[in-house]
Amino acid sequence: MAMATASTRAAGFTWPNNDLSRAPYRVYTDPDLYALERERIFQGPTWNFLALECELPNPGDYKATYVGDAPVIVARARDGSISAMVNRCAHKGALVCYKRRGNVREFICVYHNWTYDLAGNLTGVAFKRGVAGKGGLAADFQPERHGLEKLRVETCRGLIFGTFSDDTPPFVAYIGAELAANIDRVFPKPLKVLGYHSQILPNNWKLYAENNKDSYHASLLHVFHNTFGVVRPNMGGGVKISNSGWHHLSYTQRVSLGDDEVAREKVRSLQEQYRLKDPRMMEHRLELGDNITNAIQTVFPSLVVQQILNALAVRQIQPKGVDRTELVWTVLGFEDDDEAMKELRLKVNNLVGPAGLISMEDGCVGGWVQRAAKANPDATTVMPMGGRNVEASEGSRITEAAVRGFWKGWRECMGF
Amino acid sequence: MTIDSAALDHDLALRLRVEDFYAEYSHTIDDDRLEDWPGLFTENGTYRVTTRENFDSGLPLALIYCDGRGMMEDRISALRTANIYEPHVYCHLTSALRVLGASGGEIRARANFTVLRTMPEGDTTIFACGRYFDRLIEEDGRLKLRERLAVLDSRQVDTLLVVPI
Repeated sequence: MAMATASTRAAGFTWPNNDLSRAPYRVYTDPDLYALERERIFQGPTWNFLALECELPNPGDYKATYVGDAPVIVARARDGSISAMVNRCAHKGALVCYKRRGNVREFICVYHNWTYDLAGNLTGVAFKRGVAGKGGLAADFQPERHGLEKLRVETCRGLIFGTFSDDTPPFVAYIGAELAANIDRVFPKPLKVLGYHSQILPNNWKLYAENNKDSYHASLLHVFHNTFGVVRPNMGGGVKISNSGWHHLSYTQRVSLGDDEVAREKVRSLQEQYRLKDPRMMEHRLELGDNITNAIQTVFPSLVVQQILNALAVRQIQPKGVDRTELVWTVLGFEDDDEAMKELRLKVNNLVGPAGLISMEDGCVGGWVQRAAKANPDATTVMPMGGRNVEASEGSRITEAAVRGFWKGWRECMGF
Repeated sequence: MTIDSAALDHDLALRLRVEDFYAEYSHTIDDDRLEDWPGLFTENGTYRVTTRENFDSGLPLALIYCDGRGMMEDRISALRTANIYEPHVYCHLTSALRVLGASGGEIRARANFTVLRTMPEGDTTIFACGRYFDRLIEEDGRLKLRERLAVLDSRQVDTLLVVPI
C-alpha cells in the first residue's frame, strides 16, 4: 500500500464556497498544507527575497538564508555575478555553509570535503581516485550533474530575489510596474545596512503575511499614534494591489492643511491626555521626493518593503514549522547618509522592530489567532471590509482587499 | 608583595555599591515599578538594547534606543497606555559583575544577565541572556547610569520586547 503523502492528504482540502473573504482556520494549523506550501509556493512560481547586494560587496562574500524552510546560499562570484543555491551538499545532504555569513574562495562541505565553486558547481571530490588504486568514485559518476541545486536569481534596486521555478515571470512583470515603482521610490540609491532584528512569531507564517496586507488593523491595534496625539486627521493614502492580486502597497500621505483642519488637529492634540516627553523619535525628513510618510509593500509570499517615516527596512518571512515563524528585519539607510541622518534613523527605529512602539503588537496578535484557531479547523475567518473582491482603494485604507488578494495568490499556487 | 588593605577596602566598597545598584535596577523592573526605571539614569543618560549579531559587526541598530530620560519615560507611558501585549513578569539574574575602572568620577562596569519571563498562562522561559556594558556616575549621593548597553546573546527576540532589560 502506498504511503499517503502530504500532497494526497492535503488533496482533500477545498476552499469553502469559492469565497476569498473567508479562510478556514485549517490553513494555519494543518501540517500537510504546510508541507504542500513548501513545494507549491516557496519552491513554486514565486520570487523570494534572499539578500541585499550591499551585503555581498566582494567576490566570495556569501550569506546563508532560507526560502520557505529550505536553506539557501547567496554568493557573489569572481565576475561579480550573484548566484543562489540550496545549502545542502549533493553528496550526503549536510549544510555546506553552517555559518551565516563569510567570504570564501570556494564552498567546501566539511563532512567529506566535496568542493563547489561560488556558483554551486561541483569542482572537487576528496579521494576521487581512491587510495593506492583502491576505492574512489564510481566510473559512471558525472560531476556536472552533482552541483548544488540552483535557484534563478534577479536583482531589483539592490534587492536579490531567487526562484526555484522556471515558470516564474521576470520580477517586474511578477509584481507589476505600479508596485515596482514603489521599490524604485523607497530605494533610489545605494543602500547601507544599519543592522538586523529577528523576531520569533508564535504563529503560522500566513498570519504575518496577512497582517501586512491588512491596512484595516493599523490604527486599531497599534494605538501609539492616537494615544500620544500624533495622529493627523489630514492624512491621505490608499491601497494599491497588483493585477494578479498577490502583491500590495498601502501608503499614507501628508496632504496640505486647510485652516480649519489645522484648528481641528490642535483641538485634538490639546485634548490628548498623554504627550511625548521627547518627540525626536517621530521626527521625519521627507527624503524620497514626495509627501508619503508610510508605505508598506508586500511581495508574495514572503517579503515586506517598509518605509515608516525615515525607517527603511525589508522584512523576510521565514516559516519554521506550521505554528512558528521567524521574521528577519534588515534595517537600512543610504550609503550617503551623514551622521545626523543616521542618528535620526536609529531614533525613529524605536517605532518598529520586535520592540517597536507601533509594531510590537504584530508579534503577539498572530499567536492569539493561532491559539484560538487550533480547536476548530473548519470554522473560518470573515473578511468583508471593502467588499468581497480584490480591488484597489484610493483614499481609504479601511479595506481587507489586499488580504483577499493574498488568499487569491495562495489558492492559485496551491491549486485549491 | 604586600596587600594594600586600604586600596582593597576601597575596591570592595565600590564593588558592593555597584552590586547593590544592579540589584536595585533588577528589582525596579521585576517588581513592576517601571515608572522609577528612568530615574536610575542621569538626565541625559542613554539606554540601548542590541544583539550580539549587530554589536560584533559594528552595526549601530538597536532594538530599543533611548537618548535621555524623556525617551525612557515615553517608553514606559507607551507600555502602560498604548502598547498591547500579554502581561508578563521578568526575573533578572545578574552575575559576573566586574568594575573595569573608575576615573574622573565615572565608573565603568560590566555584568552578565539572564532574564526569565513568566507569561500569564504560567510558562517560565529564558527570555534573554547577555551582557551589560555600563558607565555610572554618582549624583546626589546615588549611583546613576550615564550609559547602559545591553547586548543580547541571541539574535532572536521571542514574540516581542516591551519591558526594558
